[in-house]
Parts: sequence; C-alpha cells; structure tokens
Amino acid sequence: MFANGPDSFIWWDWVDRNTDKIWARTIEHLQLTGSSVAIGFVIAMAMAMISLRWRRAYGPLAAVAGGLYSIPSLALFGFLVPITGLGFRTAQIALVSYTLLILLRNIVAGIDAVPASVIEAANGMGYEPWRRFIAVDLRLATPAIVGGLRVATVTVIGLVTVAALVGSGGYGTFIEDGLSRARGFSTPIVVGGALSIAMAVLFDAAFVLLQRAVTPWARRGAAGGAHP
Amino acid sequence: MSRPVAIRLAQLCKRYPGADGLAVDHLDLEIPTGEIVALVGPSGCGKTTTLKMINRLIEPTSGTIEIHGRPAGALPVHELRRGIGYVIQQTGLFPHKTVAGNIATVPRLLGWDKARTRERVEELVDLVGLERQMLDRYPSALSGGQQQRVGVARALAADPPILLMDEPYSAVDPIVRARLQDELLDLQRRVHKTIVLVTHDVDEAIKLGDRVVILNVGGRIEQAAPPAELLASPASPFVADFLGEERGLKRLALLRVRDITPGTGPVADVGDPADVARALMAEHRVDWFGVREHGRLLGWRWGSSLDGTVQAEGVQPFRAVVTPDSTLRSALDGIVGSLTNVAVVVDEDGAYRGMLRIDEISEGVRD
Repeated sequence: MFANGPDSFIWWDWVDRNTDKIWARTIEHLQLTGSSVAIGFVIAMAMAMISLRWRRAYGPLAAVAGGLYSIPSLALFGFLVPITGLGFRTAQIALVSYTLLILLRNIVAGIDAVPASVIEAANGMGYEPWRRFIAVDLRLATPAIVGGLRVATVTVIGLVTVAALVGSGGYGTFIEDGLSRARGFSTPIVVGGALSIAMAVLFDAAFVLLQRAVTPWARRGAAGGAHP
Repeated sequence: MSRPVAIRLAQLCKRYPGADGLAVDHLDLEIPTGEIVALVGPSGCGKTTTLKMINRLIEPTSGTIEIHGRPAGALPVHELRRGIGYVIQQTGLFPHKTVAGNIATVPRLLGWDKARTRERVEELVDLVGLERQMLDRYPSALSGGQQQRVGVARALAADPPILLMDEPYSAVDPIVRARLQDELLDLQRRVHKTIVLVTHDVDEAIKLGDRVVILNVGGRIEQAAPPAELLASPASPFVADFLGEERGLKRLALLRVRDITPGTGPVADVGDPADVARALMAEHRVDWFGVREHGRLLGWRWGSSLDGTVQAEGVQPFRAVVTPDSTLRSALDGIVGSLTNVAVVVDEDGAYRGMLRIDEISEGVRD
C-alpha cells in the first residue's frame, strides 16, 4: 500500500483538510470555463452570421480566429497581463479567443451542410427567411454546433488550469501551489491535475449525450430500419 | 367547354445575371383550373425557371403572373407560397422532422391548432397511400417512393388549389415511378388540383398531362396541346423529334376502348343451330366463332368442330379481354398475340359488349 504522509504521492489528510478549497476551486474552474465558452459562442455565432450573409467575410474572420488560436497560451497571458492586469477577466479574454476558431468553423460548416433541396423546399413551403434559419438551417446544424461546443469546452477546461498563472483561480491554483512549495509535496499537483482531467472527461461525455439527444432522427433505433 | 384560368403567364421573361440570352423568352401560357399541365423540354429550355417563377422562388425579369386573377406579387411572398403546394425532385423532406412533422409544415406555418393539424395529417397519409404507423418515423427510414408520397402529402397539407411539381419522379426507379404516376392520376381524380408539372421525360408528360407544353432551348413554347393532339399533329419537326418514335403507339396508350365502337363479332348462343354459327363465320370471314351463354362470352371454338347445335363444352378462352377503360394499346397488344385476331370487350360486370379488330383500332386512331 501507499504510505500516507506529506511525502507520499497523494496525502489524503491534505485532501481531507482542504475539501472547502477543492470545492471553491471547482466552482471557479466551472465559472471560468462556462463563461468563456458562452461568450465565445455568442461572438462566434455573430461571426458566423456575418460570414453566411457576406461569404467574402468568412476568410478574414476565420483567419483572425485562427491567428488567435495559434498563439501559445502562456504567451497570450503574458501579453494580456500588462494591459488587463491579473485576474479572472484576463483569463477569460484569452480563453474566449481560443474558442472562436473551433466554434466559428463548426457553425458555418454545419449550416453549409444543410442540403440545398431542404432549403428550397422550406422556401417553397412559405417559411419567412428568419423562421427558416432558426427552424431548419440552425436546427439541422445543431449536431455540428454541439460538436464544436464539445471540443471548445474540453479545450478550455485544460487551459483554465494554465490560466491560474494570472490569478484567475480554478484547479490550476493547486498545481501552482504544489510547484511553489518545497520539493517533494506532490499532493496539490495530483489533485489539481486529476480533477481537471475528470472535469474534461465528464463534460466530454455529457456533450456526447447531448449530441444524441438533439439528433433523434440520426438514432438507429428511431429510424426503424429501411422500408422498401 | 374551357375551364376558368388558374394561372396566367403573360410575356414572361427571365434573364439570369451574366447570361447571354433569355432563360425564358416572352412566354404566354394559360393554365386552366383543375388540369394537369406538363412542361417538358430539353435541359436549358426554362421549364424549371418558369415553374419557380409561379411561386416566386425566382423573380421574373419582366412580364406578369396572375394566380386566380390576382398578380403573384400582390401577396407577401411567404403567404403566396403557403397557398401553393410544392413538390421537388429530391423530396426536400426535413430530415429532422418525422413524417407527421413534415406533412404538418404548412398547417403549422399557418397557425392551425394541434387537433386540426393532426386530423389533416392522418387524412393525407391515407390519401397518398401510406400507413399511419409511418407517421412517427424519420424520412431516412423510408424508401424513395415513400418519401415522394410524403412530399406530395406535405404539399397538399393546407389544401392549396395549386400544386407545383418539379421533376417529382426523376429520382426513383422506373417501376416505382410508374406506380407513383398512377397514384397521382388517381389522386387527381379525387382532389382536382391545378397541377403544373415539370419533367424532362416526354412519356411522363404524355401520361400525366391534360395538356403538354413543349419548350425549346431559350424558353420558347414550341407547342401546347392535349397529348393526343400533340401526337396526332406535332406543330414542328422539333416537336415530332422530341415526341420520339412510335407516336402512333403512344396515341393508342392515350385512347380508351370506350372511345371507339367495337364490332359485333361472330358470336352464337349456346343452343343455336350449327347453321347460325356457319352464317356468322361466313359473314365475318373467319373460321371460328364465339360462344355466348346468358350474355357472357364463354370462349371460342373452331368452325370445324361444329356438330348439331352450339355447345358450351370444350370452348377455348379468349386471350384478349378488355374493358371500356382499357387503353387501345393494351387491346392491340392482346390482338397481336391471339389466334382469333380480336380483343373481346366486356363491361365492368363481365357482360359481352363486342369485339375489336385491328381495322377498328386503326380507324379510331385516324379520326
């Protein structure tokens, strides 16, 4: 059995004594992830609308989102701190910028994939343009959009850990704490890392379920097989 | 008697941006209420463009469209379209909606309440020959033919007086296509819609259209006429060429046995003396005679077998038996394979009505 003390891989007494802190960091982690993805989604949706309305705008918008995505996270935090200072806001700006490319691409690809015959039928049936966009285009793009949210969320959960460097809280705080202590005390690092991974896995699974729930027509059981 | 005009196209033109010529060139066309009008022609003849200008999926460059006497532009475009059924080639069914949801599209747009919509959906499923258990399935679970039926049900949902069909059967195999075409004709006998149908298949146009409009490249009408008239007298070499081979046979497929008068045929009743049968054979210049009993034709026998009176025993059945509803084509088909060279005409109850020979069919086609 593992020994249980400050020198062991994980010291359960520390975990016991810090449940309040663990809970608080969990909330912070969730808040930062949730708000970043939500803001990113709103911005990406606006960018997608512009791209769909004016196709020529898609290239430049995707290039901007791609540029932001390619900046290493540490460098971006370092760049932002002198401007926006330490804290939640700085982390959020960086995290939002990482979600844009994934979300923009998925929204546009999802809407582009709606079959032309379906669009034409919807127009011919007498949908108003806005109503068709919501009830048909967006609805059929939902699986792709949820897929984008899934990748964005899992990515951001990992990045939030790094964002602790700018003092935004979350599980990264434990890791930082562990790294700054005297050598050999691995417990906070293990706890922070493990919880971050657990959260990512949990959300990944939740999105898979959500994706299935929003596409009942793609479920094999519901399809009932082919009827010649 | 001409029927009131449902759709009137006058001097209708369409020029696509960047195109050299017109896609539709000063088209004048009146579509009578309750008729199926088939627009047919080679690709690039503007038939689909013309159809889509009726529900304003494509806006005309110039000219006018009137629907039941009102300009098509008088209503907001979505309201106009909700009053016109629309069926397209790849069905365009909503993959995320069930069969019931698809059919209910226009009623929902029109704000019908749930009970009324549900009732109408069930009525339509019955009308187009689908089973109610399919209502909760998604389109991906249906065959091509079933999807097309759902497409028709969806187009008819709000009971629009006009139905536009854009190559509705080109994506299904020939056997299913023929069945769907028959179903459409059967449906039309019950619903009496004004139907504008676009097809590249001239045989489909002839089979389905009360009137066939043949368009040529550049969006000009070559000829607009009922199919029998078209086949009898094509207005130009283009039309004749487009109608293809075997125009005479195609006409026979349009004419019914009821359209011509059958001959009496060499028919003797059971119990008649042999001389009666012999006289009939001499009159008709054949060596066989039909045997009738209680108004029904039992079959035929060779004259050489006559002995005493006409007997019912041992008659051979006629190969070709048709009803007044049969086409002359099927009558002819029966005649060419038979020993007696006739098709027997019986009415719906099976009572003998007469016999058709090739000369009578030829005469009927000549008229």
